[in-house]
Amino acid sequence: MNAPSPAPVVSAETLSLWYGSFRALNGVSFDVTHGEIVSLIGPSGCGKSTLIRCMNRMNDAPTNRIEGKLHVSGYDVQAKGTDVLALRRDVGMVFQRPNPLPLSIRENVLFGVRLHAKHLSKAESEALLQESLEDVGLWDQVKDRLERDAETLSLEARQKLCIARLLPLKPRVLLMDEPCSALDPDGIGAVEELMDRLRGRYTQIIVTHNMQQARRVSDRCMFMLMGELVEMSPTASLFTTPRDERTARYIEGRYG
Amino acid sequence: MSIHRRTRPAASVYAEKAIEVVIHLCGYSAILFIIAIFGFIGREGIGFLSTHIVGMFTQTSWNPTHDPADFGILALLAGTFWCVGLSLLISVPIGLGSAVYLSEFAPERTREILKIVVELLAAIPSVVWGFIGVMIVNPMLQALGAQVGLNGLNGAIVLALMTLPLLVSLGEDALRAVPDSYRQAATAMGATRWEMVWRVLMPAARRGLLVAVLLGVGRAVGETMAVLMATGNSVRIPTSVYDPVRTLTATIAAELGEAVRGGEHYQALFGLGVILFIITFFVNLIAEWTLRGNRST
Repeated sequence: MNAPSPAPVVSAETLSLWYGSFRALNGVSFDVTHGEIVSLIGPSGCGKSTLIRCMNRMNDAPTNRIEGKLHVSGYDVQAKGTDVLALRRDVGMVFQRPNPLPLSIRENVLFGVRLHAKHLSKAESEALLQESLEDVGLWDQVKDRLERDAETLSLEARQKLCIARLLPLKPRVLLMDEPCSALDPDGIGAVEELMDRLRGRYTQIIVTHNMQQARRVSDRCMFMLMGELVEMSPTASLFTTPRDERTARYIEGRYG
Repeated sequence: MSIHRRTRPAASVYAEKAIEVVIHLCGYSAILFIIAIFGFIGREGIGFLSTHIVGMFTQTSWNPTHDPADFGILALLAGTFWCVGLSLLISVPIGLGSAVYLSEFAPERTREILKIVVELLAAIPSVVWGFIGVMIVNPMLQALGAQVGLNGLNGAIVLALMTLPLLVSLGEDALRAVPDSYRQAATAMGATRWEMVWRVLMPAARRGLLVAVLLGVGRAVGETMAVLMATGNSVRIPTSVYDPVRTLTATIAAELGEAVRGGEHYQALFGLGVILFIITFFVNLIAEWTLRGNRST
């Protein structure tokens, strides 16, 4: 592989991970450039979620063993001295079920700021609040009820809020673990539109079960199978002219 | 196609019915008991309350055997709330702290062992706590400069130790009931474990934690034997933590044996019982309301 320029924001080199004795990732290598949307597809249990959870160290457990190299946003993720809290500030995560915190809408958006940038003035944080909610297209809907409990919002709005709360920290990478699987078709459309709007400003890595979604939103697509990265290609070519026989069989719906 | 249904023997049908009735009765028995208890205490106490209620709250001393007798309960109420309040100052921080530790920080094995120990703590009889107050806390407080080691602070310390198990175990339940998705969200945003506890879990579990505290209050208000032994039994409105006090419960326990059955003193003690009942009833009611609010959101 020839080195892409500019420097990749995510770069994995023969990354392997064992849950106890089960090998969940098997020598995965790839690079992601800043601003692109990469989708991760593959059957259940193929290691997609495991892979993105490595990137912000969400699967740290004494029984897990990791080999190989993983660099995200300039951090050597697995190195001993890595500041995990700072890494997570740069690498936001969106979960399958929208999980706003049991706080007001305002405090949800400003949660990260309260953790990491305590010196912010009221005016600065208000500006961040508005900017973040505008970015995800929620501002007009919630600007008059910022003090309301975030859990009063619709499922779709909650998921957008979960994206909005990452933005005040100016992350470089957004990891999304099946962000639309709990949403109805309208919600899916809205969140996909949002991903498209954020394209270029943030690197987005999206795990999805929905191949149509991968096709619609992503620039490049990774197909994984049993812990292996089978193929990573520009989305259009992966779905039309897959290089690997296994990819072809998967996108034809033969398994998965 | 026809369905053949075998009819059950009549005896089995009746047995089933009988069991149903018994189970229903068991269910309603709690209501029956509470009414019966209130009826019993009320029958002896309400009459007294209706004639002496003003005096109880205006007279300053409790001298039920004097002639004329004084039935001022302010000092007793003060003794109760003094001890309970002081005990909360000790038990709430320690209890919620250990609930947080058990639920969020302790390794699985440590957690299991500690839970067993905490439950053992709950199994210690009240009178043994009284002993601890007299034999251990008493000299300790004297060493710290108290004139009398049996005093309000001693009672509060003993009460705090007694309510801790309840606080810890209910508090831990409340924290563990917080969905993991909140923990994940906070962790993924770069919160430390403590920030997660303080900024996310505490607000999320606030109702459950409040209920734990309220039930602890209910328990502490009603506790008798240990406070009787530890507080020094002096009827007065305390002005210092080292002042001996006496609670409502201790008064009933100490004086019922010597009061003439059916006499004014005897009825006065039942009047205290009614007041105690009302206090704990309201504390529990508030706890119940808090819990209900929790379900509706």
